[in-house]
Amino acid sequence: MYRYDDYDQRMVDLRVEEFRDQCERRLAGELTEDQFKPLRLMNGLYLQLHAYMLRVAIPYGTLNSRQMSALADIAERYDRGYGHFTTRQNIQYNWIKLEDAADILADLSSVEMHAIQTSGNCIRNISSDHFAGAAHDETVDPRPYAELLRQWSSFHPEFTYLPRKFKICVIASEKDRAAMRLHDIGIRILRGDDDELGARFYVGGGMGRTPMIAPVIRDFVPLDQLVTYAEACLRVYNRHGRRDNKYKARIKILVHELGAEEYTKQVEEEFAHLLDIGVEPPFAELERIRSFFTDPDFRDGAKTIDRSDPDFALWVDRNTHRHKHDSYVSAVISLKPVGGIPGDATAEQMRVMARLAKRYSFDETRITHTQNVVLPHVAIADLYDVWSELDAADLAAPNLDTIEDMIACPGLDYCSLANARSIPLAQRISQRFDESGKTGRIGELKLKISGCINACGHHHAGHIGILGVDRKGVENYQLSLGGSEAEDVSLAKITGPGFTEDGVIDAVEKVTDVYLEQREGEERFIDTYRRIGMGAFKEALYD
Amino acid sequence: MTNAFDSEAGSLGSGPDQVQFRFRDDEPVGDATVTVDAAVEQPDAAAVRIEPGDDARDLLPHLDRLSLVEINFPSFADGRGYSAARILRESGYTGELRAVGDVLVDQVAHMRRCGFDAFAPDVPMNEDGVKRALGLFENVYQQAADHRHTIPELRHWSKV
Repeated sequence: MYRYDDYDQRMVDLRVEEFRDQCERRLAGELTEDQFKPLRLMNGLYLQLHAYMLRVAIPYGTLNSRQMSALADIAERYDRGYGHFTTRQNIQYNWIKLEDAADILADLSSVEMHAIQTSGNCIRNISSDHFAGAAHDETVDPRPYAELLRQWSSFHPEFTYLPRKFKICVIASEKDRAAMRLHDIGIRILRGDDDELGARFYVGGGMGRTPMIAPVIRDFVPLDQLVTYAEACLRVYNRHGRRDNKYKARIKILVHELGAEEYTKQVEEEFAHLLDIGVEPPFAELERIRSFFTDPDFRDGAKTIDRSDPDFALWVDRNTHRHKHDSYVSAVISLKPVGGIPGDATAEQMRVMARLAKRYSFDETRITHTQNVVLPHVAIADLYDVWSELDAADLAAPNLDTIEDMIACPGLDYCSLANARSIPLAQRISQRFDESGKTGRIGELKLKISGCINACGHHHAGHIGILGVDRKGVENYQLSLGGSEAEDVSLAKITGPGFTEDGVIDAVEKVTDVYLEQREGEERFIDTYRRIGMGAFKEALYD
Repeated sequence: MTNAFDSEAGSLGSGPDQVQFRFRDDEPVGDATVTVDAAVEQPDAAAVRIEPGDDARDLLPHLDRLSLVEINFPSFADGRGYSAARILRESGYTGELRAVGDVLVDQVAHMRRCGFDAFAPDVPMNEDGVKRALGLFENVYQQAADHRHTIPELRHWSKV
């Protein structure tokens, strides 16, 4: 994986120094909260309902064991002994004191991490496929391109005060495991006609109040023009994106209002101009970055497991993913234990994951946007040992991609924007399905819960989505069906009137019962929904 | 380039719309600014003021006769002026490029990189703060209007 050189390290260290000075001035009363707010936000420090929250960037979701251990230390030293992994492949700490913020950033810097641009109307942490460099179906490892864009976007002088926040995702396979087309810019690295690598640009996707799927803006951008094309996309947005209404300020609205064709035309004009100016980093830089992402030393070994322990066999069936080397798999550690808080991990669990990564996964872990952790390269021969250690640490829930593996935002338990609680709902739904034993029978089902219209819980992209709203002071939950964030991307539709907390849990069960009755062959929930439509589900819910 | 802090120019002005910092050696332009529309129509206009909604590209045919472009920031959060500044510099504008309005110490370093060389903030900035902000990062990751060698270039210097 990528390692900082002296330049990278110095940038982050200077930023910590700058922020330490700003915090001291705030604590001494020299800066008002109004003056301090934009400064702390640029360093990922939010003021939430009960305390400060610090969001730490995990570029393209990749961490080594030393970094994971440092996250554990921070959780213990400065928080309440746990952290929360997010849908941006980041980690958040919810109980931070302002006095400690600069020390935490210094601790992060010592392991090549930071919280820069994890908030504010700038280019945010760049996300990627959590199986990058490991998946059997990828064209290349997408992370070098994400790293190139990370550096380009860091402290970008023109794009720090955009109309709204800006999220970029880079993948390199047909399979989309990163919700690529629901990003402001989604990039797919692929091979062109002459076998050369290039980038396909999708621009103007997003969730929030007005969910949109990004259209293709350009089929193929040569790799030695990647940064220039991204710069052109951003410049058109910065100049023409709406600033009169916060809720219409994302690039999806600009692309929608202009039309993809007109937006593309403007980008192409800007691109031609920027090619003349010459803003692309030297190609040698991309080659340097690529050299950090070469394959580890994979060895041939066992290709099958001993299935005599049924709990182990179930976990392998559900929680591992096919690797490009046939003696390895990628193992997903579910952070969704039944009745738990989705995405939370204790310091002790982080240390277990760090230790396993070091011993069994070439020192790497990944954070998924579905709030789980991946050991990307586990030898099949080692799987039983890995599972045993995970099981002992309460980290072996065999529920990847099932209804228990849901995304939930922090909701009203933490977030100052939320209208309703998400976490208790997630806990009760996983308990209900675990007790009824239906989880396994249902199979793949992506349930996503947001506690407000901003859609941090990706409810628009859930096979089943739940949106918490406030109705006359009472929490109310809207149900929607048919969304997907994968390569078969689609937006969910609302079923009808909302439900109480108890009511929506019953509603989810009714919907899954309709599926179990109606499914044909190997159909997933989403396939059945697409075949039979909303009608049968509505009938079961409201008649 | 002259450092404003080494010259008299560094302490010019103090009130609204007056230049607090200027990073140029030439004489400040005294002309009152006109709107972009007026500047396009008046063949002798030498000073223009760009508002956030204006298209800086309208000025490109007239850059030769302009010696002052003010870019207004009614709110620091409206970043359109950064793109306007770069577009003018990329098209060869060499006159004074002045940031006016809600210009804060935390924006000065980015503005310098986008080509601004004079600052007339509504509320005067703390001079030490500006010095600190401009001196903090010795290197940059990406190209901008300041033509500094970027970190990617420095990394491959010996190989270029």
